[in-house]
Amino acid sequence: MKKINKMKIRHFFLGKSFNDGFIGKLFIYLLLIIIGFVYIYPLLKMFAYSFKDLEDLVNPTVQWIPTKVYLGNYKISFIVLNYGMTLIFSLLVTLVPAVLQTITTSLIGYALAKFKVRGRTIIFAIILLTYLLPVQVYMIPRYVLFNQLGILETAWAIILPALFGQGLSSAIFILIFYQFFRMQPKALDESAEIDGANAFQTFIKIGVPLAGPAYLTAFLFSFVWYWNETYISSLFIGSNLYTLQLKLFNFTSQFNMAQGISEQALNEAIRYSATILIILPILLVYVVMQKWFVEGIDRTGITG
Amino acid sequence: MKNKVLKRKTRETLIAWSFMSVWVLGFLIFTMIPIFTSLYYSLSDVVLSGEGIIVTFTGFDNYSQVFSSAEGFNFLRSVSDFAIEILFKVPIITVFAIIIAVLLNQKIKARGFFRAIYFLPVIIASGPVISQLINQGAATIPQIEELGFINLINETFNEGLARPIANIFSELIVILWFSGVQILLFIAALQKIDKATYEAAMIDGAGVWESFWKITIPSLSSMVLVSVVFTIINLATFSENEAIQHIKNNMFALETGFGFSSAIAWLYFIVLAIILAVFFLIFKGFSKDRGRK
Repeated sequence: MKKINKMKIRHFFLGKSFNDGFIGKLFIYLLLIIIGFVYIYPLLKMFAYSFKDLEDLVNPTVQWIPTKVYLGNYKISFIVLNYGMTLIFSLLVTLVPAVLQTITTSLIGYALAKFKVRGRTIIFAIILLTYLLPVQVYMIPRYVLFNQLGILETAWAIILPALFGQGLSSAIFILIFYQFFRMQPKALDESAEIDGANAFQTFIKIGVPLAGPAYLTAFLFSFVWYWNETYISSLFIGSNLYTLQLKLFNFTSQFNMAQGISEQALNEAIRYSATILIILPILLVYVVMQKWFVEGIDRTGITG
Repeated sequence: MKNKVLKRKTRETLIAWSFMSVWVLGFLIFTMIPIFTSLYYSLSDVVLSGEGIIVTFTGFDNYSQVFSSAEGFNFLRSVSDFAIEILFKVPIITVFAIIIAVLLNQKIKARGFFRAIYFLPVIIASGPVISQLINQGAATIPQIEELGFINLINETFNEGLARPIANIFSELIVILWFSGVQILLFIAALQKIDKATYEAAMIDGAGVWESFWKITIPSLSSMVLVSVVFTIINLATFSENEAIQHIKNNMFALETGFGFSSAIAWLYFIVLAIILAVFFLIFKGFSKDRGRK
């Protein structure tokens, strides 16, 4: 009897194997929490600092929690970033390309998955190559082309490549759709065909509705990557129009040019508040759609 | 009858290509022609003028300029820094992603919460945001610097190696931020392992440690390659990467211009291809090794 009790206690603490006993579990939780804290430490620090006024900033006893919630930094950043207008423009060059890219890549992904045509292998090889080939290699002729078309420094310079499936990481999205459409049962398409639907109707009526998760995942990742992109956008639209990210990139000069922020000197608290304002919209999307981001990769079968 | 079968096949081909047409057209106009044009630019002197663009073929002038001018030297230095950094960053990111994936794959509560935390940086890690964090000193735990790590590195390595390694330590956290997608890839791979395998190993007397090395790690091996390629491409195209900044900045510089920029872009691609090949060979060596055992 006593022996059984002892075993029970032992099992409770150590488990049958390491990872289901109490100590093992505790160890895992501790590890996850500590690493997790370090991992988001920059964010926490940024958040805490963004509420500090000048006094708190120079006061060495105030580390994490500011003595009062000071919103002055945010007010200044709001003006410097010209937040409202810049946000609208940022959304224009993020949402529109994301939607268009999703549609175009789904079309080719569908074709590659459903029709075994000749040249398929070559197309796949090209898609893989476009993923490995850095955009730097072909962006200069693109720049010249857009210059000739007169669409430099307009949103079109970002939208047009996306419309034709040559946007950011298009190759990844084609593969996501390919994997997903391939998993759909062929019988459904065949029955639609027997009912007299043509290929396009089959795609719209059967392919698309069943591929909801793939569409959502592709759109969300596309959205995030376009939102965070600055290299190409600074080249194609950078000198007059600004996205929020580009404003942050040039924050010092933007700050010096901004009107109506009195004689305030630029400090780290203001920079942090501006950074928070930049990530705020995407953070909100993440909070709402979090499940679709982390599960999307699994559900779309890209890992299969 | 045969005629009808044939017709069906042609029809299918037509349909398939019509689905692909938008992409194919886009590829030709926005990617393929630019690739060849860029190759031509890299062998030419390109001058922008009021009337348009004047391109004169100059052979390998741009390439020799890379190895003989100050701009070229700056570019080569940042490329070699990038190459050294990537040799360290890729293993750091991969190992970190595997550890976190294994931890998150345990039977724990609040798994979704932890997963959301570890994926969060993917959402916000843009060039400007990361550079703000690094410049304000939020990218590292202050203790790392206080311990005198950086000084130690500067003393032990020669200058060319010390700079990139010191960089890694001063940006350690944001380097780990590049592992969000990889963590998800590894979790997906872990969930495909049959639980019965572990049970069988346990009955045969294998401990947790042994099962980890003999079952978990081998099942992750194909995903390691995917993750490594993703990591390299992700780091190579990250907008704060100095090497690609040089390519853009030289486009509008007085001494250099489009031709020179195209040349260094191609050199950058060659370096990237070599890095990918090196990692591919290392990976192949590893899997062969395990196969022998």
